[in-house]
Amino acid sequence: MPSIDESTWWSKTWNLMVTVLVIWAIFGFGIHLFAVPLNQIVILGFPLGYYMAAQGSLIVFVVLIFWFAKRQDTIDREAGVAEPD
Amino acid sequence: MANTSSSGGSDFTANLGKIYGIYTGGFLAFVILLAILEQVGLPNRIIGYLFVFFTLAVYAGIGILSRTMQVSEYYVAGRRVPSVYNGMATAADWMSGASFVGMAGTLYALGYDGLAFVLGWTGGYVLVAVLVAPYLRKFGAYTVPDFLAARFGGHFARFLGIIVLFCCSFTYVTAQIYATGIIASRFLGIPFEVAVFVGLLGILLCSMLGGMRAVTWTQVAQYIVLIVAYLVPVVLLSSQWYGLPIPQLTYGQALQDIAALEQQMVANGLADPATLKPYIEPFTNYDPFNFFALIFCLMVGTASLPHILMRYFTTPSVRAARNSVAWSLLFIFILYFTAPAYAAFAKLEVFTNVIGASMDALPAWIYTYGNLGLVQVCGVDATTLDAIRAACQAAGSADNILALGDLKINNDVIVISMPEIAGLPYVIAGLVAAGGLAAALSTADGLLLAIANALSHDIYYRMLDPNAPTHRRLVVARILLVVVAVFAAWLASTKPGDILSMVAWAFSLAAAGNFPPLVLGIWWKRCTTAGAVSGMIAGFGMTLFYLIMTRYGGMALWPIPGLTDGIANISAAIVGLPIGVIVTIVVSKMTKEPSKEMQDLIDEVRRPSGETIMQEKTV
Repeated sequence: MPSIDESTWWSKTWNLMVTVLVIWAIFGFGIHLFAVPLNQIVILGFPLGYYMAAQGSLIVFVVLIFWFAKRQDTIDREAGVAEPD
Repeated sequence: MANTSSSGGSDFTANLGKIYGIYTGGFLAFVILLAILEQVGLPNRIIGYLFVFFTLAVYAGIGILSRTMQVSEYYVAGRRVPSVYNGMATAADWMSGASFVGMAGTLYALGYDGLAFVLGWTGGYVLVAVLVAPYLRKFGAYTVPDFLAARFGGHFARFLGIIVLFCCSFTYVTAQIYATGIIASRFLGIPFEVAVFVGLLGILLCSMLGGMRAVTWTQVAQYIVLIVAYLVPVVLLSSQWYGLPIPQLTYGQALQDIAALEQQMVANGLADPATLKPYIEPFTNYDPFNFFALIFCLMVGTASLPHILMRYFTTPSVRAARNSVAWSLLFIFILYFTAPAYAAFAKLEVFTNVIGASMDALPAWIYTYGNLGLVQVCGVDATTLDAIRAACQAAGSADNILALGDLKINNDVIVISMPEIAGLPYVIAGLVAAGGLAAALSTADGLLLAIANALSHDIYYRMLDPNAPTHRRLVVARILLVVVAVFAAWLASTKPGDILSMVAWAFSLAAAGNFPPLVLGIWWKRCTTAGAVSGMIAGFGMTLFYLIMTRYGGMALWPIPGLTDGIANISAAIVGLPIGVIVTIVVSKMTKEPSKEMQDLIDEVRRPSGETIMQEKTV
């Protein structure tokens, strides 16, 4: 039985969308504004500012989408609007 | 794979892991066999032939086995493609010949600023997953214009969608066919104009008989070839330099070495401190505004390109569509997080063995690619030692030593020449060529299908002859596919410089034309037909105007005081997209809200459960 109604489901979906886009904006743009100071920190030879643009943000994007897909599916199941498995 | 030919597709999908596992093993065995044959004296030319023909034959074989006469198989592969495999197919669809061959070179040339492409071409998938793809999958359209027509009542929105699709796909497909021609001509030793048509044949065999279904299964095969080909040389290189075969980890050390060598070159007078752009320093080629504007345009463009979005129409469910975006990005990530390593190793090699070397001790690859017009020294193609020595003396450097400013390398050389630079056997060069060919062919297939499907499904079936029987629809679809492909190949064979440089426009054009109606159409019920249509015209029109006027009309780039001296041509959507969004919202507010039926339809699109909204009528 669905544990939430459809309007709650849509507002949860909406909130998830906003959360994901905020994380996307931080790692797509925000963090790279600080590339110059971050480059002062060096890990395994990588200046951190360079590393974030070349690898760090990309890893965040990949994990973010997998997490989003899982989270949205949970929300869909709570509301009983998920497709049958 | 014999059981893929007609309706027995479920056997095929159940055995995908086994089939592609055997295929990957077979491909690796083929590479190892050629490596052994090379050692016992097989000529390079034959190795090149075998690579090109063997891979093309495999793709063509898959294309022929996947032939179909069912409409839903032709347009959306029967909506049976599991998310992992759709992810691989999307990755191949996405990564073009230019990504494969040119990305590392761009990073080599631009340093940190080139990472805008890495970020932009990956981060866009977050938008695809969250905002667009699952909803388009639920809707059940065959093409992006099909969705626009249903959401915004009619043929005018559909027609605008087709124009946007055509503008952003056609130059792109021409560039892909051009790339296949370049690679095939270099490795088969035939004239470029002939090689283009060899490429065309490969593309048609993969796409014509089986439509989306055939393209999907060849793209998976092409992804495996291209990723193996991309990783092998750089993994070997990483082992050579640092004794660890994980280039993505070891190039940090290369970055340090590059920075040290830059300092050393300045100290030795080999580099001018006024013009040296330190490799890891941000914002030396782009100002910060244009760096972020480019990332933004590439990301939004990714989420708006029809040939990418239509890949998510093929998954079995909305849930699978979301997962599939994640898999796509994972597979794309594997190449994009390797590209900076490629670039760093190339830089290190050039700084160590080329800059500061005596003219008569330059490595052989300088001349190999100089003769192709891809490497220049002191302003002339590096064809012979005498030629470059004369040019450098004329330019006023008498000391016979190559300085940083003297050397110019075409972006495409970095990946292609890497096997030679690192002194690897020729079989690796052949492997890289096969990878580049796979990347260009897979993208060409996807784009061609997007264009031809818009013509056959949207224009012919929806607008001209809605009662056309299945058989005729599929015949028309194939004829149009061939016509578009032949035209693009003919255009590519004329080496149209303008068209090739317009490829980067695709992202801005798609972003401004498709993003507002798609996203607002799904997420904002109040978005009306008049709003969406006028927003598309305003946003797309403005972007096209900025692109054409700044490039051909002599118009200066528009400055934003305090932020930038001029918005770059490549980021034109920064001008057009906000206008498109604002016009859509304002006009929607001024017009009557969409009907109850339309609002119910939007609710239905948002809800994953239930049947797709568009149904193929049963034949």
